[in-house]
Amino acid sequence: QTLCPQWPYCRKRCSYCNFNTYVVPAVDEAAMRACLVREAHTLLRLSQVHSITSVFFGGGTPSLASPHTIAAVLEAVAGAAHLPASAEVTLEANPSSTDTSRLTSFRAAGVNRLSIGVQSLDDAELRLLGREHTAAEARKAVEAAGRLFPGCTSIDLMFGLPGQSRDAWAQGLEAALGLCDDHISLYQLTLERGTALAAQVRGGTLPLPPQDLLADMYQTARTVLVAAGFRHYEVSNFARKGALSNHNLSYWRADQYIGVGPGAHGRFVPQGSCSREARVQTLEPVAWMREVQSQGHGTRSRVVLSPLEQLEELLTLGLRTDEGVTHERWGHFSPQLSLQAVFGVPGEAWALQEQGWLLLDGSSLRCTWAGLAVLDSLLPDLLCQLQRR
Amino acid sequence: QEKLDMSMYPVESIRNFSIIAHVDHGKSTLADRLLEITGTISKADRNKQVLDKLQVERERGITVKAQSASLFYNHEGINYLLNLIDTPGHVDFSYEVSRSLSACQGVILVVDANEGIQAQTVANFYLAFEAQLSIIPVINKIDLKNADPERVEKQIEKLFDIPTDECIRISAKQGTNVEKVLQKVIEKIPPPQCNTADPLKALVFDSTFDHYRGVVANVALFGGEIAKGNKIVSAHTKKRYEVSEVGILTPNEQPTHKLYAGQVGYLIAGMKEVTEAQIGDTLFLYKQPVEPLPGFKSAKPMVFAGMYPVDQTEYNNLKSALERLTLNDSSVTVHRDSSLALGAGWRLGFLGLLHMEVFNQRLEQEYNMSVILTAPTVPYKAVLSSAKLIKEYGKDEITIINPAQFPDKLSVSEYLEPTVLGTIVTPHEYIGKIIALCQDRRAVQKDMLYIDENRVMLKYVFPLNEIVLDFYDALKSLSSGYARQQVPYLPRERYQAADLIKMDILLNGNPVEELSTIIHNDKAYAAGKLLCERLKEAIPRQLFEIAIQAAIGKKIIARETLKAYRKNVVAKCYGGDITRRMKLLKRQAEGKRLMRKIGNVEVPRDAFIRVLKRETDK
Repeated sequence: QTLCPQWPYCRKRCSYCNFNTYVVPAVDEAAMRACLVREAHTLLRLSQVHSITSVFFGGGTPSLASPHTIAAVLEAVAGAAHLPASAEVTLEANPSSTDTSRLTSFRAAGVNRLSIGVQSLDDAELRLLGREHTAAEARKAVEAAGRLFPGCTSIDLMFGLPGQSRDAWAQGLEAALGLCDDHISLYQLTLERGTALAAQVRGGTLPLPPQDLLADMYQTARTVLVAAGFRHYEVSNFARKGALSNHNLSYWRADQYIGVGPGAHGRFVPQGSCSREARVQTLEPVAWMREVQSQGHGTRSRVVLSPLEQLEELLTLGLRTDEGVTHERWGHFSPQLSLQAVFGVPGEAWALQEQGWLLLDGSSLRCTWAGLAVLDSLLPDLLCQLQRR
Repeated sequence: QEKLDMSMYPVESIRNFSIIAHVDHGKSTLADRLLEITGTISKADRNKQVLDKLQVERERGITVKAQSASLFYNHEGINYLLNLIDTPGHVDFSYEVSRSLSACQGVILVVDANEGIQAQTVANFYLAFEAQLSIIPVINKIDLKNADPERVEKQIEKLFDIPTDECIRISAKQGTNVEKVLQKVIEKIPPPQCNTADPLKALVFDSTFDHYRGVVANVALFGGEIAKGNKIVSAHTKKRYEVSEVGILTPNEQPTHKLYAGQVGYLIAGMKEVTEAQIGDTLFLYKQPVEPLPGFKSAKPMVFAGMYPVDQTEYNNLKSALERLTLNDSSVTVHRDSSLALGAGWRLGFLGLLHMEVFNQRLEQEYNMSVILTAPTVPYKAVLSSAKLIKEYGKDEITIINPAQFPDKLSVSEYLEPTVLGTIVTPHEYIGKIIALCQDRRAVQKDMLYIDENRVMLKYVFPLNEIVLDFYDALKSLSSGYARQQVPYLPRERYQAADLIKMDILLNGNPVEELSTIIHNDKAYAAGKLLCERLKEAIPRQLFEIAIQAAIGKKIIARETLKAYRKNVVAKCYGGDITRRMKLLKRQAEGKRLMRKIGNVEVPRDAFIRVLKRETDK
């Protein structure tokens, strides 16, 4: 079980970002803190979650919140449920709000893992992405974090930028490898509708990266990182020396998670029910705060997930990992119909195995090395097969 | 309602005439004016273009259904019966035009005072000339600024050999000199040569379907008389009917006691479908058979198109819409067809492109149906040389409409394609481009002459398949809209030997039945390449490479390659909520179920539509 508090504020919007985040002149930190605390308390009580294994502060830019706020939320969690000392507590951070003293305060507040949004170590690329830091600042931040959270620092990197060449990416990878700790999240840039970057590409001022180049960049990254000792444990995530993100693993295993804050998402079984629900909290901070103040939480929507829908989500998320969907995990959501019964018979999964994209054995259903890269071409077939059964 | 007595109009006081003209030269306006002057419709009505009834006719400014109106006019003390037989305004319907003309003894040829002689002016003139009708040239729209009647009179003299002083200059819109036209009709056009004493001989020149009264047939009597109670026979179907009503059109139906030789009107005789009263058919009295009137032809479609409902759930709706629409159009042939890609549908045969477009438009406007129209094909022929096939078909010359029926070269001594004679009228600056276009379409020039200092008339024999899709558009665009083409009725069915082949489309070596086409060898490469390109755009990438090929037999003539996906996975599942992602994936899973599998290649249904669809609305 995990908790995901959202800090929905940034100092500026990056050119590629379409998240639920807001750039405001001033943040009422005290009010925000109080509401996060209140909603965390309410939702924990309302759920059947007793013990929290990880907390992930996302957003926005959570490193803009004061360490006091982080501490307050963690205290609220500990008050409403069991938060063991071994729980993973991650804070997402921007290089421009991560100087050593600040990081030290975060650590004192209870953070024990840091995820830094580096994105690139090239200043031109950083400007293209609309980031508010330079490569040098990113380096300093990673170094500082590595000292305070050794073995528990992750960096985010992006590839497939408009105009980025194979060589530029190779150099970027090398630079990142020289700098990083033991966890890297690697994301192909996705041009989302409504973002400034997408508008530029659509308008023709920036080129659209060709499909083949993107495929090459991804394969290069996988190969290089694995050679450097990383385990490619999820489509976009690499870890060495066992530094996997427990929080994310939890998510891909379709564990329960409670989203707290404006726009947060959750999946859990509330008190008095046996059904897993998909929840979304109110998006806009001011509206959300009002709802939390009057009702204790700002849940905008609650949808019960049918058993089939739960299995579909498990499949879609689980196949993204190298472990895949284990028989046990599948059995938790589908006690009557085993993984073998659905996918181990002649049909789509069988064909995909023969073609070398998929594997079903005694431990799990998972993608092969090649299959992972084209997972979205495999999923529709598997969903079809699942629906039929 | 009192019935009219038509015996008051002896043959000598009857004039049967038609108005022919190029599109928009004012035929319908003139008809309106004539109806007004003779009191047939009141000036107060001011119904512009009363005779054009269909919405699509009003929108396109054309007449699709031929109608008629009987006008009464007193000239120098004598009461005349003037029968105006309106004609369809496009040469796709030239068969209808020719049948209407055979009921006339003269025509009013209307020419726009500014535009002058145009392609259809010429085409219609020839029809009237060959039918040996008196021709009264009328120059219309003299009220407009750019009118140059003198120039047009000279054109008429040069092309049609009619002295300039015979032309009447009018403005149908304002009514100027229109009465003179009526008088000329009486003076110049001879009365019909026929006798009421002869046995009944009636030409059907149109028919409509009325829900309450059944088929209403428009007839012209070439002999005898007809009244309620008569028993009549159709020369074509040999079926017998009893007449329940006869009358004239003014232009609405007005019952009369009888109709006499030389007169024009309608009859109702218990016919249930318009196919029982086909245009050009002859009706006679039971037990008094006559020599049928010449020139009757069963509708011969020349342009075919596949018509499919957008979704199979719409099949029944489309079926009933087609049934109702063809109730009033016996010249559309309908055959059930089915495509693996598009489901159950029909193959429709039309007299021409405009006929098809008008039909489609009426489907949309009057029945609210939108359909998938596949590219039109033409009927080819093959002269068989294989004894086995000859025995199978029962003859040695067969007509091929469907590529699946195309017999192999080895079994055939000759392939044939239909041709048409087309007339193009153009300003002379476009001659070069037009000649090049026609050459590109494998057309053979038959004639070229100058109408006046600026304009040229070209006559070409075209293979029908070369013009059936987009020739009009190509011609219009390269001449900035100034050149016009018409394809007259005669001689429509000439076939010529042609180097035809069947072109197949393959996906990873497996043929896609729905995309096979019969095509001339010279055009195969270009067509194949285009098809492959369009298919490449329409099929989504898959986990393996897809070779898209056009082939003639075993020979590959064009190829496109659709590369395999090497990366297709979303980078990040955003901030916890995969609801949106799941929706998209499930939609794709749904789509998979509707896909057609060719070998191992998955082809979505709309890929076929995109490739097969006729390009409309350029």
